[in-house]
Order: sequence, then structure tokens, then C-alpha cells
Amino acid sequence: MSDLKLPIYLDYSSTTPVDERVAEKMAGCLTKDGLFGNPASRSHSFGWNAEKAVENARGQVAQLVGADPKEIIWTSGATEADNLAIKGAAHFYQRKGKHIITVKTEHKAVLDTTRQLEREGFEVTYLGVKENGLVDMQELEDAMRDDTIVVSVMHVNNEIGVIQDIEAIGNLCRERGIVFHVDAAQSTGKVAIDLSKLPVDLMSFSAHKTYGPKGIGALFVRRKPRVRIEAQMHGGGHERGMRSGTLAPHQIVGMGEAFAIAGAEMGPELERVRMLRDRLWAGLDGMEEVYLNGDQEQRVAHNLNVSFNFVEGESLIMALRDIAVSSGSACTSASLEPSYVLRALGRDDELAHSSIRFSIGRYTTVEEIDHTVEIVRAAVAKLRELSPLWEMYQDGIDLSTVEWAAH
Amino acid sequence: MAYSDKVLDHYENPRNVGSFDKNDDTVGTGMVGAPACGDVMKLQIKVNDEGIIEDAKFKTYGCGSAIASSSLLTEWVRGKTLEEASQIKNTQIAEELALPPVKIHCSVLAEDAIKAAVSNYQERHGQAAEAEKKSA
Repeated sequence: MSDLKLPIYLDYSSTTPVDERVAEKMAGCLTKDGLFGNPASRSHSFGWNAEKAVENARGQVAQLVGADPKEIIWTSGATEADNLAIKGAAHFYQRKGKHIITVKTEHKAVLDTTRQLEREGFEVTYLGVKENGLVDMQELEDAMRDDTIVVSVMHVNNEIGVIQDIEAIGNLCRERGIVFHVDAAQSTGKVAIDLSKLPVDLMSFSAHKTYGPKGIGALFVRRKPRVRIEAQMHGGGHERGMRSGTLAPHQIVGMGEAFAIAGAEMGPELERVRMLRDRLWAGLDGMEEVYLNGDQEQRVAHNLNVSFNFVEGESLIMALRDIAVSSGSACTSASLEPSYVLRALGRDDELAHSSIRFSIGRYTTVEEIDHTVEIVRAAVAKLRELSPLWEMYQDGIDLSTVEWAAH
Repeated sequence: MAYSDKVLDHYENPRNVGSFDKNDDTVGTGMVGAPACGDVMKLQIKVNDEGIIEDAKFKTYGCGSAIASSSLLTEWVRGKTLEEASQIKNTQIAEELALPPVKIHCSVLAEDAIKAAVSNYQERHGQAAEAEKKSA
């Protein structure tokens, strides 16, 4: 491992570095010799040129997802896009009904938004998921009512990487005239998206999960059949009145370039990433009491969410300080709550506490994966040596029959 | 989260990891916490005829602070009487390890663990003493 740089970054689902090619384009939109103009300025070439760059980027984003450029609305990120989509549609269609359906494993950007709508008088159904993390279609259909106006289901789950069947969900919504929103922050460049065919009305995107900059995202708002949303941000009437605020050409150009690269390189990149992910899983799967969280097949190539039974997640993260990963355990919070996503899968609290999310990306190498396997195996072995639960398991004690002195 | 040097030291080089035979007459075992809460501590003490803790061992499932708290505890209780050991306070552990507020529960668990180990030893010996009386 001659040129192995530590720590190894395996948290690409959290964020990605900006691709150098993207950073270069962005740098051209900032200083006096670059495209620094306000795209809303109609009276001079500085404005026109900035507008041209913004529209070019809009086309790049639209192209990756099979949309019309006019259907792309810039936002500050996927969180804002989720807010705009769900609140915007709920507010616009509230005379039709006040019922919304979403899923327990959604990102907080969706769940906290629907909680706010509940405070405003909307009624929200939170669907559970099956053991593999996927929505049960029958359960969804049963939850739909005459007064249901919005369904929001994420495309790829941020923690466990499972891919929901948005086509089937969208068809159920279409039959009933319900607006369907999809949070696709985790899926651009990871899963092919073709909105010219998918029955999706609103879709949220983020740049920084796809090698673009933080602070920029977009919302797809379908024009045919037309979907209406009420603006959440007012002032100036930018973005067809749906999202006011001076556009940030450097951010927008960065997102456009990042999405263009994702589209051009997705095929070989996914193949390489999947090979690395399988290599990592092959290295870990040989250990005792190791569990993969989320569906085995219907998942993105770069995510591996693993529970190491009888080892607590935070201490594992501590032992893995040469690897940057996420833990499903939130022991730092006073409540000691394990991941709500893993709990929704019906995983035992112990397994939820002992989960680690590895997410692989564009710059991950074979060497890094092999080193990661070595470090993880050593750390798990060391912590199990320390673990009274492991000792009991080895003595053949069924932990579920033990009466714990809970505190 | 940033850990103090002392927590890191105990985490990297935990003292007195292991188990005694819990059926050994000279051993007291305390097991506290629950897997669902994210931490379980097992602390065992070995007590000599004079009622002095000669040796202590632990195993802990939990975060770095929980491991450090129990590791430190095994060092502290050695050479103490049962009475002295059960007077160890969580605040002393938290102070020694410079635990942040969100990790205070780890030191509380350690205090519970030594109390549980001492009372386990006393219960077993109380019963043993009574049994001896009866047979006499």
C-alpha cells in the first residue's frame, strides 16, 4: 500500500467531492473576467451571457433525467426542493383534499416537511416498509383515499440504498389523480431516470451527491400533464414564479456539468463501483453474524449497509478512524436512538446499533477497499473480544430471552 | 465527536478485559444496561478472605466512553474493600475521563456495574453463610 492515503473516504452517500472538471467550469463564473453577471439582467451582455450559461446547465440537468428544460426549477438543494414540492402541491390542491401519504424511511427533508403540514391541518399517513426496505404496493393502495392529494416516496434510500419501484407507485397515483413526488437526491448518476416515461409529477435533485457543489439542487415540475405548486419563496418571480431569488450561475453551471458527466460516464462508472462494492462485501461476508441491510437485488451499486452483530456502532466507528463511514447508531444523542430507517425494516435494536454504511464512489480504489476489509475485520474481532454479548452468544445463550436491566 | 486522551487510551488499550468463572465462590458479577439502549457492561470482581477486591475484569458492549469507563473502573476497584468500591461515584469517573455531558450515562452505568457486582457477591455469600449455619 505504497500510496494509500488515509483516512479512506467511503461516505459518498453523504456527499461527494466536486469533480475537477466541474470545479473548473464553476471558477469561470465568479470573477470580473468570467460569467459573473446576473442572469436576470436583460439590458446587457453580462446578464445575457450568464443567462445562457444557466439555460445550458438547465438543459444538462434535464437531459440526464429525460425531462424538458422548462420543467427544471433551481433550488438551494434537495431539501428545499422537497419542501417546495410537498408544501407547494399540498397548498395548491388543499381544496381537493388534505390527505398526504409518505413512508417512514424517507429522508428528514420529507418527514419534517409533512410534520409541518400536519401542524397546518393536513393528515399524513406514514407507510411502513417490508423487511427488505421496499414499500408494499398493496399497503400503499389501501392507504389511498378520495381526499389523498400527494404521495411522496424516495427513489433511492440514503441509508440502505434500496430502489423503490417509482413506476408502479406512479401508476397507482395516476389512476387516482394524485400528485406524485419523488426525492431523487441519491439516485442521479446511480440509476437511469427517464421522466419522459416515468409517471412522476415532481422530482427533487441535489448536485453534491453527484460530484457537483453543495448549495444547489433542482425540482422537476411536470408540464404535461401540468402540475401546479404554490411558491414557498417570494420576491422577483424568478423560475416562473415558483422560486424567487437571484440565480447563482457558478452553482448552477457546476450542477449542470456534474450531471452531464454523470450521464456520459454512468455505464462504466457503475460497473467499476459495483465491482468494488462486491469486493468489499465478499471481504466482510465471511465473518460470523454479519448482516446486509436492505434488499439484496433492488439496490444501488455503491451502497453497502452492514450490521456487525454484538458490536456497538459508535465504538466501531472509533476503531475505524482510518475510514470515513457513517453509523446507524446515534449514541451521541441523549436518547440513544438507533437509525429510524433500520428500525422500520424491523431490525432488532442491537442490529440497528451495530450498523455501518459504506458508500463507494468515483475515486475509490481497489487498494482502498482491500485495506478497508483488513481494518474492519480487525476492529470487529477486537470489539467482539470486548463484548459481553458476543461471549453470551458463543456460550449459546439466546439474547432475546435475557432480562436486561434497562436504564 | 472528539474524545479525551484518557478515553482514547483506555479504548486503545483496555485494562483487564476478560471473564472469571461466575460460579467461583470468590467472584461477584454485575451485568447492567441493555443491548437495545446501545450499551451493556459486565464487571466481575474477585474477592479474598479479607474482603478485599484482588482482581477485576470487564467486558463492555458500547461506545468508546462506555468501554473506557469500565476499563478505568477495573483499575480503581483493585485493592479496595467491597465497602470502598461501592462508594465510587459516577462523577469521579466522568471527571477522570473528561466525559462530555452526552456521555455521562456511560459513567452512571459503570457505577451501577460495580454496585451490582458487589451486591451479587454479598448475596451469594450471605446465602452461603446462611446455608453453613443451617447445616451446623
